[in-house]
Amino acid sequence: MKLFNKKNTLSMLAVLGVYAIAGLLINTGFIDSYIFLNIVLIGINIILAVSLNLITGFTGQFSLGHAAFMSIGAYAAGILTAKLDQPFWVGIAGAALFAAFAGIVIGIPTLRLKGDYLAIATLGFAEIVKIIGLNTEYIGGATGLNDIPRYTTWTWLYFCVAATVLLISNFIKSYKGRACIAIGEDEIAAEAMGVNTTYYKVLAFTLGAFFAGIAGALYANYFYFLKPDSFGFMKSIDILVIVVFGGMGSIKGSIIGAILLSVISLFLQGIPELRMVVYSLILFLIMVYRPQGIMGKSSLKFFRKRGVLYANHQGK
Amino acid sequence: MEQLTQQFVNGVSLGSIYALIALGYTMVYGIIKLINFAHGDIYMIGAYIGFALTSFLHVGFFPALIISMLLCALLGVLIEKVAYKPVRNSTRIAALITAISVSLFLEYGMMYFVKAETRTFPELLPNKQISILNTSAVLDIKNIYIIFVTISLMLVLQYTIYKTKVGKSMRAVSLDRDAAQLMGIDMNKTISYTFAIGSALAGAAGVLVGTYYNSINPLMGVVPGLKAFVAAVIGGIGVIPGAVLGGFFLGMTETMVSAFGGSLYKDAVAFAILILVLLAKPNGLLGRNIKEKV
Repeated sequence: MKLFNKKNTLSMLAVLGVYAIAGLLINTGFIDSYIFLNIVLIGINIILAVSLNLITGFTGQFSLGHAAFMSIGAYAAGILTAKLDQPFWVGIAGAALFAAFAGIVIGIPTLRLKGDYLAIATLGFAEIVKIIGLNTEYIGGATGLNDIPRYTTWTWLYFCVAATVLLISNFIKSYKGRACIAIGEDEIAAEAMGVNTTYYKVLAFTLGAFFAGIAGALYANYFYFLKPDSFGFMKSIDILVIVVFGGMGSIKGSIIGAILLSVISLFLQGIPELRMVVYSLILFLIMVYRPQGIMGKSSLKFFRKRGVLYANHQGK
Repeated sequence: MEQLTQQFVNGVSLGSIYALIALGYTMVYGIIKLINFAHGDIYMIGAYIGFALTSFLHVGFFPALIISMLLCALLGVLIEKVAYKPVRNSTRIAALITAISVSLFLEYGMMYFVKAETRTFPELLPNKQISILNTSAVLDIKNIYIIFVTISLMLVLQYTIYKTKVGKSMRAVSLDRDAAQLMGIDMNKTISYTFAIGSALAGAAGVLVGTYYNSINPLMGVVPGLKAFVAAVIGGIGVIPGAVLGGFFLGMTETMVSAFGGSLYKDAVAFAILILVLLAKPNGLLGRNIKEKV
């Protein structure tokens, strides 16, 4: 297949076009700093959701600790740019590599577990990472890491998001990606077909962590300030909610889900006291009326198999 | 040695609270395979009911405990009927997110009504301390109450599960749902009973914690909820003696870690133990090993 066929060229033009138009609007001040702040949050959420979708949606590994990889990336970038005065690209690369390394270290032992047990183990690891962060003086402990330079610009944000989406959707279409999808569909069948399940599960986990690290770097270098508490259990749940809301195993869904949920929470800021109550009701209604998410594929086994909640132990 | 005895007493008290909450997690998981994240919040609401009864209506300790347990049981059944029944046939992940949404709803709904500030629980039990074996280690009367209440509730639970018809149907459903239904067991009723019993135990734990630590707030259920859940998993989720063992084990470890200078890391230690146990015995300490069928 030619690299510059009609479809690829058109989508490349569309990507560059959106970049140029939004960049123009920001430069002319049409998009003010408040809207831009929300655009940054949406971008970070897209990276997080797409990368978690690779782990949970496609490979079927139920992770409740994605925020931990984001925090590792954020702190790595914070240390590299604020304490060691490195340029931003070093910060992003360092963040991604550190998070990916953590992904390997956490993934190899825990990915032997399945379903709910894996979810609990990843949750446990995320809490441990948070507690270590709270008690490490070098990175500010509970008071947080301050004075991180603001390097995250529209250009960095946009190309990081585009690169994440492009790389993960191409990975899914590759030989290795198909092995991951096979594991997500049925692990035993995949193993019987000769897929090295451990290798591909760790690979998906590491790749997901890698991109979550990038999201962390963008976050650190936009908000000046990091606190271990902001990467707790609730953050992991927020990311998971985006993935499920958008549709498991749908990259488009994750992008739309990230945008929609960010806009919803933006509107809810008008009623600070009832914000979380309304959010929980929305969450509940989505799960009852559209559990497969907005772009969920009904063809995936994850959704087709009814009565999974009651099925015997080892299911998903 | 004295410090060790003292910490042992504290550890047993904390452990019995964890065990009471963990029992509810384990029973619900055993029946519908759902991690009921709202369970920790039922415990919080139990504490608030106890607080309202004792400070506004001036009810004594035991009546408050029993009323709180009954109301929590009702709340548990209500949550199951309203929130979990519609997603019973959905995927695991949808059910889990529903549970989280219920948990958020209870936490922040409660915060809206009772405000976020910490409240002081009235002194219900006599403030008497007994020295253990003439050493300087003391046994607070509250410790005795906690341990006594916990053990009696566990005995009642044991009786309900192994000697009554409700218990028998609960065991049958958790063993094989379809076969149980074929034998004429009413699924909905059994699930409701499970939620009622589990939530009543959480409510009791809430009142006990209120009287022991004297302070309650709307988010008090989050961390003990997670810890109790960890305890249930350590013991083997779905296994009732496992929840008790896991609860006491976690309570003891946590008190010992704090006593020997690691109080900042006590939560991390709990999770580290969880991961080690899961890696060595993926079904928990007392969990049955289930063969995977293709």
